Amino acid sequence: MSKDVILKVENLSKQYRLGEVGVGTISDDLKRWWYKIRGKKDPFLKIGDVNDRASVGDSSYVWALQEIDFKVNRGEVLGIIGKNGAGKSTLLKILSRVTGPTLGTVKSKGKIASLLEVGTGFHPELTGRENVFLNGAIMGMSKKEIADKLEEIIDFSGCQRYIDTPTKRYSSGMKVRLAFAVAAHLEPDILVIDEVLAVGDAEFQKKAIGKMQDIASGDGRTVLFVSHNMTAVQNLCTRAIIIDKGRVSFDGDVDEAIQKYISENNTLSTSLLKEREDRSGNGLLKFTDIEFNNGSPVFLGKELLVKLHFVAKEKIENLDLAITICKGYEERLLTIDNVFQGEQLTVQKGEGYISVLLPKIYFLSGLYSVNIWSAQHGSVLDYVINGASLKIEDNDVYGTGKILSSKKHGVVYSEKCTWEVKM
Amino acid sequence: MITKNESWLFEITPKNNLFSLNLKEVWNYRDLLMLFVRRDVVTVYKQTVLGPLWYLIEPLFTAVVFTLIFNNVANISTGEIPPFLFNLAGITIWNYFKTCLTNTSSTFNANANIFGKVYFPRMVIPISVVISNLFRFGIQMLIFIVFYIYYYFNGANISLNSYAFLFPIMIIIMGLLGLGMGMFLSSLISKYRDFRVLISFGIQLLMYLSAVMYPISFFKEKMPDYVWLVEYNPLAFVIEQVRYMLLNTTTTKFNVVMFIYVMLFTVVILILGALVFNKAEKNFIDTV
Repeated sequence: MSKDVILKVENLSKQYRLGEVGVGTISDDLKRWWYKIRGKKDPFLKIGDVNDRASVGDSSYVWALQEIDFKVNRGEVLGIIGKNGAGKSTLLKILSRVTGPTLGTVKSKGKIASLLEVGTGFHPELTGRENVFLNGAIMGMSKKEIADKLEEIIDFSGCQRYIDTPTKRYSSGMKVRLAFAVAAHLEPDILVIDEVLAVGDAEFQKKAIGKMQDIASGDGRTVLFVSHNMTAVQNLCTRAIIIDKGRVSFDGDVDEAIQKYISENNTLSTSLLKEREDRSGNGLLKFTDIEFNNGSPVFLGKELLVKLHFVAKEKIENLDLAITICKGYEERLLTIDNVFQGEQLTVQKGEGYISVLLPKIYFLSGLYSVNIWSAQHGSVLDYVINGASLKIEDNDVYGTGKILSSKKHGVVYSEKCTWEVKM
Repeated sequence: MITKNESWLFEITPKNNLFSLNLKEVWNYRDLLMLFVRRDVVTVYKQTVLGPLWYLIEPLFTAVVFTLIFNNVANISTGEIPPFLFNLAGITIWNYFKTCLTNTSSTFNANANIFGKVYFPRMVIPISVVISNLFRFGIQMLIFIVFYIYYYFNGANISLNSYAFLFPIMIIIMGLLGLGMGMFLSSLISKYRDFRVLISFGIQLLMYLSAVMYPISFFKEKMPDYVWLVEYNPLAFVIEQVRYMLLNTTTTKFNVVMFIYVMLFTVVILILGALVFNKAEKNFIDTV
């Protein structure tokens, strides 16, 4: 069966001119125009550097996006991840028609609305209610649609009490709540979301993520989601693309994408632990390698043996060692620390390894990252974030043939419970 | 497999088609248009003591100064019409054009923040400006009417004539001229700020060529070689005609040929402005 493609991006490129607008731009504009009236191609399209924030290029033109190609099916929630300045926002801006591409086309079968930044067009002198109408209309809703949903929107925002007060009297969090409430009640075919979840208090974030999930799963809406919050991406998205230096470097399963992104992002994490430079601590002890179950697969509900290889420059007594298992992007799930567990560790000068046996691992299948930390009397010896990735395999823990999934069932499993019905 | 002839709702391409003005889309966003008008009208007076009275002070003082300088010092004759009323009429109409032009010409720059985040047909903004300025114009007309009645009962030789029914058309022409020129200029300003400086003194110069404080006949008498500058200036025509309609000035008559010329001129300016605006709106956010 063919899937219904709702959005198709073909060969999309965007060129920006760097520096200031001045005499140089006029001469370029004139040159471009001169080429155009002679029926030639724009001379500046041939040049231009790759979009790399850190390196200095020769050209004053840069390709923010280059030959982006992807398709989105109806009902799909696509995550877009990438470093700062990789071109994610430029891509979203083109999709939401804020700016045009330099080359290529975007074809869409549905209305696109964007939540690039919520609260766009809020006028400080207008009341909350008036701003709901204005904001909704800016996002493309008709007056009637907004009026129909007004109660729901105000309710969702939790700003009932202030709704007839000018928004300039609102706290910034309240503004965001109200704006998000409007945006969340939009009904476009394709919704573009950029980093909105980074705002608001915990209660509201929860509400917002919940709403996003509803939009994504319940209503069968197509969503493009850009975020640096890997946990949110992992939870919401079914597929992800990585944008690196203006190009799509990966397109596929969300877990794989995140893993690839994390390992690329920690520049040296692909290299061996002992060669990692992005570590902190005084270096009296240095981790050189980490092994799980001596290289055999780790299964849900089974034991996990961690072997931490190290080099010590001197004898270290009262060593404090912590292994932290994280999901996605540094969301800490579990820390095992010998001091907390009342174990004394002493290492001699030289090479060796510490082995830790967890009798049972409770995490559902998926990829996790592991931070390793060591200290003595409160001063850090060696600390490596994302020192290794831990892959946990599915396992039929209850012996029922039903497998818990990290997509649907959370992060950890419980032992078999005792069930009883009383009447 | 995906079928060949798919029907796409819309396509985003590098360049806007030169002649696709998307007026239908503007129509779809008419609710937004009216909300912008409302926002502009409502928010102007918030936290001011005099509120809309500020709208009255400007034309009144300008009319007083013009009367003193041009009529008393420079001795420009306004016929049998009281000079103050003559000037007030000219200034009121001129101000409508001026505010339309200056406010629409800053469309891209003043709204860069909102344009950078969401898409809606950009033309909604200049159109809403022209409509909300009508409100300001209405208040200024009220003060004109007050003085009109005052002078009328004090025996000034003024009266409406049979062309007064064209008055609304004249105002629409002024608004559309301001809109067309403003859209044109806003596209240029979005990239090169030089034009903003140009507008502020250009509009000053334009006023002197628009028969605001003198009748065209006076200009003709003093400088016959350059009278074409004023005669073919549609703004001067509108101002002169409005005074003719409302005050029954004796120095001019209604000229159908000129009327048609001015209407055509307006349409051409409007289309030109819209085309340039349309071309600029797509990528302005990169250069603003």
